[in-house]
Amino acid sequence: MELKGAEILVESLKREGVDYIFGVNGGAAMPIFDALYNETDVKLIPMRHEQGASHAADGYARATGKAGVVLATSGPGATNLVTGIATAYMDSIPMIAITGQVMTHFIGSDAFQECDVIGVTRPICKHSYLIKDANEIADVVAEAFHIATTGKQGPVIIDIAKDAQNQETVFKYPDSVDIRSYKPQVNGDSNQIAKAAELIKEAKQPMLYAGGGVVLADASDELRELTLKTQIPITVTLMGLGAFPETHPLAMQMPGMHGSCCANYAFTDSDLVIAIGARFDDRVTGDLNKFAPNAKKVHIDIDPSCIGKNVPVDVPIVGDAKNVLKELTKKVDTPDIDPWRNQIQEWKQKYPFEYEQKGNKVMPQFVIEKIYEQYSDAIVVADVGQHQMWAAQYFQFTEPRQWLNSGGLGTMGFSLPAAIGAQLGCPEKTVVNINGDGSYIMTIQELVPAISLKLPLKVFIINNMYLGMVRQWQELFHGKRYSAVDYHDNPDFALLAQAFGATGLRVEHPEDVEPALIKAKGINDGPVVIDFIVDEEENVFPMVPAGKGLGDVIRGLS
Amino acid sequence: MNNEERHIFSVLVENRFGVLARVAGLFSGRGFNIDSLNVAATHDKSISQITLVTHGDAQIIDQIYQHLNRLIDVIEVTDLSTGRHVERELVLIKIATDDQQKRTEILQIAEVFRGRVIDMKPASIVLEVTGDEGKLDAAINIFRTYGIIDLVRTGKIAMMRGSEK
Repeated sequence: MELKGAEILVESLKREGVDYIFGVNGGAAMPIFDALYNETDVKLIPMRHEQGASHAADGYARATGKAGVVLATSGPGATNLVTGIATAYMDSIPMIAITGQVMTHFIGSDAFQECDVIGVTRPICKHSYLIKDANEIADVVAEAFHIATTGKQGPVIIDIAKDAQNQETVFKYPDSVDIRSYKPQVNGDSNQIAKAAELIKEAKQPMLYAGGGVVLADASDELRELTLKTQIPITVTLMGLGAFPETHPLAMQMPGMHGSCCANYAFTDSDLVIAIGARFDDRVTGDLNKFAPNAKKVHIDIDPSCIGKNVPVDVPIVGDAKNVLKELTKKVDTPDIDPWRNQIQEWKQKYPFEYEQKGNKVMPQFVIEKIYEQYSDAIVVADVGQHQMWAAQYFQFTEPRQWLNSGGLGTMGFSLPAAIGAQLGCPEKTVVNINGDGSYIMTIQELVPAISLKLPLKVFIINNMYLGMVRQWQELFHGKRYSAVDYHDNPDFALLAQAFGATGLRVEHPEDVEPALIKAKGINDGPVVIDFIVDEEENVFPMVPAGKGLGDVIRGLS
Repeated sequence: MNNEERHIFSVLVENRFGVLARVAGLFSGRGFNIDSLNVAATHDKSISQITLVTHGDAQIIDQIYQHLNRLIDVIEVTDLSTGRHVERELVLIKIATDDQQKRTEILQIAEVFRGRVIDMKPASIVLEVTGDEGKLDAAINIFRTYGIIDLVRTGKIAMMRGSEK
C-alpha cells in the first residue's frame, strides 16, 4: 500500500516513539498537519508562535531525555524556529525540527514563503536534510533521530518540499541505522582513564567539575558513585544542576560569574580539576589566565573538539560520561585530602549565598527560598536573567532534569513554552516556571496553549520592573545609565493572566509570598500566574566581573 | 603569529550537495582561513576528496581537525603535514607574446619548468605547469616579467607516500 510522504513522515515518527509534536500550521506544511489530524499516537500541540513551539520541544527533551519534535512551515515559520534551534544546539539538546519547504520546482525562485532554511540553520544544527523525494523520508527520519540522540546530542533539521509531502510511495522503515561517516566514540581510552586515576591518587587539592553533559548522558548515578567513593569536593555548573545533590556536604554549588565563592576559590587553589561533560565556558572560568593556574586538568567529554578548546588539558578522555565514570570509579582510590576538605567546608560556611532584607520589600531571593520550601521536588524551568541566577543559587536541586534553562545561548522567552513541553513530557510532576518580567513577555502568547491544554503550570514572575541583569551591569559598569531597561510600562501580569483565562495573582508584601505559593498548589485545572513585585534594584552576588579571575569575585555584602 | 604552520588536510566526504558549504562554513564561522581548496570525486563516486590548505597555531590546527571530524558527512580527515607526503598543483598561465623573440624565450623557460603549451595564438600563449608550490611560484615570477594576461591555479592536491592511505 502506498502512502503520501506526509503520512510516511508521521508513521516514521511513531516508529521513533514520538508522542508529542509542537507546531504552528502554514502553507508549505499543510499536508503534514493534515496527516496529524485526528492522529492519537503522535499528538499535535498547536503553539502560538514557532519560537514557542521550538522551546516547547526543547523543554520536552530536557525533561524526558527523548528528542523533542517541532513542526513549522517554510519561510517565516522556519526562520522563527531559528532561536529555538540555536538554543538547543548550544546546550546539546536532542531535537528534530521539521519544516515544510516550497514545491521542488519553486526552490531557488524566491517563491512565496521560500527561505533556504538549510542555509540559514547550517551553523546552529548538528545536521540537516532537504528532502525532495518521498522515498527518502523514512531513512532520513531514522538517521535524524540517531544523529540527534547519540554522541554530542543536538538539533537536526528535516526540510521537506511540499510536493514530496504529497507524493505517494511505499513505506518501509529501516530496521537499523548505519552511517559510515558517523561513529561517536563512547568508551574512554583505558590508559587515559588509568592516568586520571593516578592523578587523583596523588592530588592534594582535587575537585570535580561536572556540567550538563552528565545530565545529557544520564550519568548522575555514576557521578554520585565517583564522588562518594573518592570524597572529592564537587562543583556542578548551571547546566548540570541536580546531577549531584546540592544538599550534600561535598557539594560546593555552582561555579563561575554568579557562582559560590567556595567553588571559585576552590578552582583558584586546586591542584587537579576533573571536568566531566563541562566545557570551560567563559561564564565559568572568568579570565583564562587566572583560571585554576595550579591545577592539572582531566577532561572527560563526548566531543573531542570540546577538549582543549578553551583550556589546555593534561589528560583528555573522549567518551560517554556514563561509561567513563564507571571505569574511572573502578580504578580510583580515595585520596588523602582532609586538610583540603576542611578548607572547602570553611569557605562554604564563611561565604554562603546571602542577601540583605531591605525594609518591608519582597526580596527576590526570599521568593526563591519560599518556592524551594513549597516545591522542592518540582521541575523548575527558569528563563534568563537575574531570576535565573537567584533560582540557581537559592533552590537546592537534587535530581538531574529537575532544572531546565537556556544556559548556553541565554535565550530570553525560553521558559514558559519549555515548561509546557516539560509538563507534557512529565505529567506526574509539578512544573514551576520561574520567569522574569522581561523574559515572560517575550513569549507570553504561549499561555494560550497552556490554558487550552489545562496544564497546571506554576508561573512565578520575579518582577523588578527592569531588564534586571542588564540594569545591574549598567549600575556597576555604565554609571547607572539605564538605557532601554526600564519596564515599568509593563502591563499588570495578574490581570493579563486573567484576561488570557488563567488564574492571576499579584504579591507585593513579604508576608503574602508563602500563602500565595500554597494557594497555587491547589489550582490544578490550568496555569496559575503569580506576579511577585520585588525590590527593583537588587543585584545578583557574588559576581566575578567580566574579564576578571575567579579569585577576584565580588562577594557583594560587606 | 610566530607559531603558525601551514597544514594540508585531506578530507574524504560523502558526495552530496551541501557538504562543501558545511566545510567552508566551519572555517568562516570560526574565523579560520582557507589558503587553498580542491574538491573532486574519487574513484568511488559516492565519495569526494577535499584537499584543503590552511594555517594556524597548534591549537587552531587541532580545532580544525576536530571540527572537520565532527561534521556528519565527513568520513575521514588526515593531516598530511604530519607525515611524508607528495603534493602537486597545476597552473594555467596566459602570457602576451607580441614578438617572435619573446615567444622563443617563453618556450625555452617553459621547458625548464617542464611546462606544456596548451594554446598558441599570434599574440598570446597558454602554458600548463605542474609541481609543488615553490616550483610554481618560481615559474610565475619569471613569466611575470613577460606580462601575464591571466593565471589560474588549481590549489593543492596531495597524498601520503608509500602504501599507507
